[in-house]
Amino acid sequence: MRVPLSWLREYVDLPAGETGRDVAARLVRAGLEVETVEQLGTDIKGPLVVGEVLSIEELPGFKKPIRHCFVNVGNANGTGEPQEIVCGATNFRVGDKVVVILPGGVLPGPFPISARQTYGRTSAGMICSARELGMGDDHNGIIVLPPEFEAGTDAIELLQLVDEVLDIAVTPDRGYCLSMRGVAREAAAAYGLPLADPALLDVPPANSYGYLVKVADPVGCDRFVARTVTGVNPAAQSPIWLQRRLQKSGIRPISLAVDITNYVMLEVGQPLHAYDRERVDGPIQVRRAADGETLTTLDGVKRKLSAEDLLICDNSGPIGLAGVMGGATTEILEPVYDPETGVVTGSTEIIIEAAHFEPVAIARSAKRHKLPSEASKRFERGVDPEATRAAAQRAVDLLVLIAGGTAEAGVTDIAAPRPVRTITIDAGLPDRVAGAEYGRETVTRRLQEVGCGVVGADVLEVTPPSWRPDLTDPYDLVEEVVRLEGYDNVPARMPITPPGRGLSEAQRFHRRVGVALAGAGYVEINAYPFVGEAAFDGLGLDADDARRRTVKLVNPLNDAEPALRTTLLPGLLGALRRNVGRGNTDLALFETGTVFLPKAEPKVAPRLPVDRRPTEEQLAELDAALPDQPRRVAVALTGERLPSGWWGKGAPSGWADAIEAARTVAAAAGVELTVRQAQYAPWHPGRCAELLVGDEVVGHAGELHPRVIKALHLPERTSAMEIDLDLVFEDGRRVSGPPVSAYPVATQDVALIVDAGVHAADVEAALREGAGELLESLRLFDVFTGEQAGEGKKSLAYTLRFRAADRTLTADEASAARESAVAVAAERTGAVLRGA
Amino acid sequence: MSAPNKSYDPVEVEALKPEVVEQARDGAIAAFAAAADLDELKQAKVAHTGDRSPLSLANREIGALPPQAKAAAGKLIGQARGAVNQALAKRQAELEAERDARVLVEEAVDVTLPYGRVPRGARHPLTTLAERIEDTFVAMGYQVASGPEVEAEWLNFDALNLHADHPARSMQDTFFVEAPDGTADSGIVLRTQTSPVQIRAMLAGEPPLYAVSPGRVYRTDELDATHTPVFRQVEAIAVDEGLTFGHLKGTIEVLVEKLIGGGLELRWRPSYFPFTEPSAEIDLQCFVCRGASVGNPDRPCRTCSSEGWIELGGCGVVNPRVLVAAGIDPNRYSGFAFGLGLERILMNRHNVADMRDMVEGDVRFTLPFGMEI
Repeated sequence: MRVPLSWLREYVDLPAGETGRDVAARLVRAGLEVETVEQLGTDIKGPLVVGEVLSIEELPGFKKPIRHCFVNVGNANGTGEPQEIVCGATNFRVGDKVVVILPGGVLPGPFPISARQTYGRTSAGMICSARELGMGDDHNGIIVLPPEFEAGTDAIELLQLVDEVLDIAVTPDRGYCLSMRGVAREAAAAYGLPLADPALLDVPPANSYGYLVKVADPVGCDRFVARTVTGVNPAAQSPIWLQRRLQKSGIRPISLAVDITNYVMLEVGQPLHAYDRERVDGPIQVRRAADGETLTTLDGVKRKLSAEDLLICDNSGPIGLAGVMGGATTEILEPVYDPETGVVTGSTEIIIEAAHFEPVAIARSAKRHKLPSEASKRFERGVDPEATRAAAQRAVDLLVLIAGGTAEAGVTDIAAPRPVRTITIDAGLPDRVAGAEYGRETVTRRLQEVGCGVVGADVLEVTPPSWRPDLTDPYDLVEEVVRLEGYDNVPARMPITPPGRGLSEAQRFHRRVGVALAGAGYVEINAYPFVGEAAFDGLGLDADDARRRTVKLVNPLNDAEPALRTTLLPGLLGALRRNVGRGNTDLALFETGTVFLPKAEPKVAPRLPVDRRPTEEQLAELDAALPDQPRRVAVALTGERLPSGWWGKGAPSGWADAIEAARTVAAAAGVELTVRQAQYAPWHPGRCAELLVGDEVVGHAGELHPRVIKALHLPERTSAMEIDLDLVFEDGRRVSGPPVSAYPVATQDVALIVDAGVHAADVEAALREGAGELLESLRLFDVFTGEQAGEGKKSLAYTLRFRAADRTLTADEASAARESAVAVAAERTGAVLRGA
Repeated sequence: MSAPNKSYDPVEVEALKPEVVEQARDGAIAAFAAAADLDELKQAKVAHTGDRSPLSLANREIGALPPQAKAAAGKLIGQARGAVNQALAKRQAELEAERDARVLVEEAVDVTLPYGRVPRGARHPLTTLAERIEDTFVAMGYQVASGPEVEAEWLNFDALNLHADHPARSMQDTFFVEAPDGTADSGIVLRTQTSPVQIRAMLAGEPPLYAVSPGRVYRTDELDATHTPVFRQVEAIAVDEGLTFGHLKGTIEVLVEKLIGGGLELRWRPSYFPFTEPSAEIDLQCFVCRGASVGNPDRPCRTCSSEGWIELGGCGVVNPRVLVAAGIDPNRYSGFAFGLGLERILMNRHNVADMRDMVEGDVRFTLPFGMEI
């Protein structure tokens, strides 16, 4: 809602020196979100005056029409001589009154104006358009003023160019503030000043000879006021003050009848509709649509109606979508000027509709037809049903005043009975909710300022005003009291909380994972979870891969990515590629986040009641309808893991780093990770590890498949890991401190030859088992294949460290343990001692 | 050692003559002093203290002396040897110190050489910011709660007093999950706020309840410098006997002081959220210009766009209808709740100009934040 300060002052006698910013500050503290205070006209400097066009000479030979004019600007130019001006507009005639800026003036831009030579003539000034003066976006040539203004009159004041406009974002509960009347009421309360209510008008009572209206749906339409004005002069135009108020409020002036309905809507908040009575066929009817009916709305769009749409109809069928937009067949005709006769033809008999519609019906129609109009915006949020009569009266008055019409005596007013709403509130409730001491008198006074009727002492019976449908329960009233008393004035204090329990084990684990990976050189990213088929194709997933079953969105931002991720890899690899593209070539990235796995049989989540706690069964049903959303962590690597430098060579990242990242995560969880050779997309079939905790597969790691790397435009040998944090996490884990022996260590090396296909993990397990409990640690320090190892073989060299808890081991004991280790390895894996 | 020679007169033994012994002693001391390095000293040591050195040879003669002469001769040789060994040790220490000093000089390096052999990583600043806020609340006795990102409409809207036709429901542009029949009527959405976690926390147990819940939320905004369709909120809720709007103010004051710093004014603007009543928006006095940029074009402030205030978030007293939907007796308990946007706090607290930087995952943006924020 845009509120010109000059207009606001008409209803509230604000102190003279009060600026827009001052008023904004007060309104903000009362709960109106003033987004900006626009300063109008500060960038215009006169002389800007009314000019009378004395002569026009068309200058031929240019690409566009150019006119050389002499304009009478009175004494504004100091000489009283006609001003010589070159102009590119053609919408004016000799004798017209126009707006002229003289040399020395400045237009918004800033464009300083000076006398200059152009198109071979002197141009000492400029004839202005509305746009050049910052009055609006209207670009229909220059402004032609009504003839009554005298040449030389200051146009800055005449056109009310200097003003301040408060732009207010109105929250959905405060529909009444979508009007000057509502904002003025808040300003009056904020300043403690009286309000001159623009809806307080003398209105003749309803009678039986107004235009015939039949309301078939009194729930959808509980009030319908119709008034008729005849003898309207179709040539009449909106006066400057009206046009300016509309422009400053962000509405483009169109024609008098439309301008008046818009003006009254802005003033009192009641959307109006104007019909050309000669185009309405029989009585006006309000009813729901029949399926299959259609209506062509004012915007020229033919709309298919649904049975829920509330309609305004006549004998011909629908003539308007109630509260949203009128129809084309009965709208006020654009005035047409016949240059031969000089006669203007157009609508001369106008019916004004001021109705009240049910908010939900209007909201649904506006949503269904994607037609958020100024009217629907107001009806959705609640319009004052008691302002209908005054609004219609105001429009009638303006039509009579400006267009010389005659108000017909008939007054149609159909009102469904409206129950009186009262709210019972304990007078002490505002104090208890706020934690402040207002007292009963303050509470009563503040509620009355809002417009409520209040009776009672300790318990108050409160009748909210008709323009506040949002006030429905005691807490609504509490908010009114507290906000008017000032939120800033509520004393702050701290609650006394029960002893805290700190973070849960799982929460501590999640933090630990991030710290461990970042400590290991990984950089965290947060990718969007939106994916499409292309992502899965890129990963080389089979057509029946479970990860292609996704949770889908009805309204994705990007139609190519309509689903939610089932793996973290697409987003992570996307970030990797983006980094590489920006020249960051050595990368170790990680992301933690949820993936979204649809249930085997997706269900609809029930709409549960809100007037009581749902049952456990209902809540279980709700949760059962949601997809599984396990938490995962993934890493991706490329380039050097350890950089080369003056210290020597670095190390490229690879499959082993990806698996090691999984071990880092497992270590953060305190669980043992088993690594097993596997084949799983999108990994390289020979360089993929399956990660297990116990017997459960918790993730995969390794180098990506070359085809995937190519398809996703990733650097060669890019590696990745993805693991399920929920599966890795074990609650209540506790490490037992191991005994540490102080006896000397006995170290023995052993080199084994095995078939190339034997897994090191199997050899190690066999060695450990065979070495028995004297084995303190085992380390693989060399792996090689080649001639020395033999065809199809590889050599694995280990250092075994033996130590006893209670004695110094003899060389024989250590050797015996070593031999036992080798024997088991030989038996299990076919290992042969090298050189044996 | 040669056999005792009983016929021998000790004084007649040349090697044991005092002047000879003294000469041998002085010769040794002079040789040690003359040794220029440890190698030369080693040679001098062999020459003057070894088995074939004059003093060693002289010492051997003592055994052959008559008993009455042994003591005097032994004393003579012993004193000479003591002096020699002392001189040797002294010179040894001198030369070792010299050598050490030389080696340490030779081993000096340029400690300003750049390193970076083990690359550092970093956590995302939004993660660490959320943790910092969590910790502030945990210290106040709160628990950290969480809920799913794909959420039931009932929890995201209905239970929060946003019925199907509520204008606020269309205000938040919601991603709807496709139902099995292909329509939008799945009853499931991408949560538009962290508030459904409030409901889950309330449903999970009896008050008192003090919970904080950070998390990702979704709205159908296109990504630009100041919007992102996926962003983070942190939400706090307290439900207990006797909680008031004043308690809400006190709690937020503590959070702001911990997060941004002390001495900054807060502005409480009445606002509207269906799930709270009264509701407020909280503005923080701009901590960069402290309001000095307002209406002052010569001193524009980028942090607050010269408004003087920074929007922090929304809050209010929990609407009793929300308590009812969660099965909490509104006549006995009351509560407060508030939600903050983490991206905006990060932008303000750390001078981040473009929201896309938080989204794209460029390591150059994230690395400087390190492990803590």
